[in-house]
Amino acid sequence: MSGKEVFYQGNEACAEGALYAGCRFFGGYPITPSTEVAEFLSRRLPRVGGAFIQMEDEIAAMASIIGASLVGKKSLTATSGPGMSLKLENIGFACITEVPCVIVNVMRGGPSTGLPTGPGQSDVMQAKWGTHGDHPAIALAPASVQEIFNETVRAFNISERLRTPVILLTDEIIGHMREKITIPEKGELEIWDRPRPDCPPEEYLPYDTSKGIIPPMADFGSGYRWHVTGLNHDASGFPTNKPSLVQPEEERLMAKVTENLDIIEKYEHLTKDGAKVGIVAYGSSARSANAAIRLALEEGIPVDFIRPITLWPYPSQPTIEMAEKVDTIVVPEMNLGQMIDEVQRCIEGRAKVVGVNRVDGDPITPENILEKIREVA
Amino acid sequence: MAQRYEVRLSGSGGQGLVLGGVILAEAVALFEGINAVQTQSYGPEARGGASKSEVIISDESIDYPKATKIDLLLSLTQEACDKYSVDLKEGGILIADKRMVTKLPEGNYKVYHLPIIDTAKEKAGKVFVANIVALGAIAGLLDSVSIENVEKAVLQRVPKGTENLNRRALALGYELVT
Repeated sequence: MSGKEVFYQGNEACAEGALYAGCRFFGGYPITPSTEVAEFLSRRLPRVGGAFIQMEDEIAAMASIIGASLVGKKSLTATSGPGMSLKLENIGFACITEVPCVIVNVMRGGPSTGLPTGPGQSDVMQAKWGTHGDHPAIALAPASVQEIFNETVRAFNISERLRTPVILLTDEIIGHMREKITIPEKGELEIWDRPRPDCPPEEYLPYDTSKGIIPPMADFGSGYRWHVTGLNHDASGFPTNKPSLVQPEEERLMAKVTENLDIIEKYEHLTKDGAKVGIVAYGSSARSANAAIRLALEEGIPVDFIRPITLWPYPSQPTIEMAEKVDTIVVPEMNLGQMIDEVQRCIEGRAKVVGVNRVDGDPITPENILEKIREVA
Repeated sequence: MAQRYEVRLSGSGGQGLVLGGVILAEAVALFEGINAVQTQSYGPEARGGASKSEVIISDESIDYPKATKIDLLLSLTQEACDKYSVDLKEGGILIADKRMVTKLPEGNYKVYHLPIIDTAKEKAGKVFVANIVALGAIAGLLDSVSIENVEKAVLQRVPKGTENLNRRALALGYELVT
């Protein structure tokens, strides 16, 4: 990759990635450990013709990015656990109204205000199930500063193309960690925009799916009129409770994800000859897992590794392959056991699954994982 | 430098140690062209509380970003020295402030008991450049980074108008160990 080399914090790389993807609106409310995303964009957005607003709270912040997206601007908000809980209702609104937007959750420890400056990975199930009702869930979990940049770009791309919110899950460690990264030249990474209507305004139906499951979206202010509601709606956008319309519409929202796995799914799957132990790890815990795998190999224990980069939808297929080969899968995560349930669910008893769990505010160390590897090998 | 080299800067919140770590890591990663990762850990308070900033330096890619066996530890408070010296490896370097750290840990370390805060206050003229004085000392003891490149990184980060103060603080710290 050619481009400019900088020494960036994860949160700065996220903000820079958002600008690269074409983000021109940020609405947020500051919260550790995510605040640097807002700080960075408050300086940079006005210089590129964008807008930055610090709202009165996280509920309003989420509403503001939906509004900005409705007028055609790619929009971002960033927060951490307590703020994420407040955004959930409006995330559901963005799901059913099909408004593209990106939500960053730099995870910290504990329920409620918990450990403000400590790392955590305990919002991973919230990212899938947080807002009520069946809804499409997409969450990306990068593990390095460069990957935070790239995955932020990808989060916008997926969100735009599928017209659905995308959550970027990082944590205090990689959010605040600094590494050298390369900001690619303009044009080096592909940028996708939402589909827009090509029919005359008077013929526009906002949820007309006759040409595909992602209906074109008109910018407010461009002459097209449409009704936006959180109620189940028909093709015109107006509310309906007609069973024959509601069921297929809800199924279509989910199909936007299941029929587009080729652009959503992303993972690393590293295998070693004779491995009887596998690890599934994501985010900063994946870095500890990498180190543990290296140390285990020095002791003569080969270990396979799956690192989901897209956490939701979860990469079931490689996990099933891993489970057919190894006896035990170790799932280290900075929570008391969340993705471990998903691993168990998809492998249907093909292997034993054990966790390495830490919620004390310190990261999971390579030694923590290595001990578990020795125990099960 | 094929192997992983771990540096931890410790003290209390407000002493500028996170910035110190950032500058050191930038000097290494951007100007020496060696891999460096910087992380930090601090409490919710803006001032006080134990604070640490870590820099991992390696020719190879760095997976685990936190220090576990420290090669060089800087401590600007007794609390930080007591709390963080346990991770210092045998034969490692300890730089402790002479005024703030009166009780040095027992063990086989190369100890530099230096008047960092006093040098900042009396010779450089501002106590808040203690982090830069400390960086000067660290640069003098590290093989992986030159004092010129640390100065370049310092000047890139400090506020306009304070360049001479910081340049002087860095040089004074360097002189403490060379």
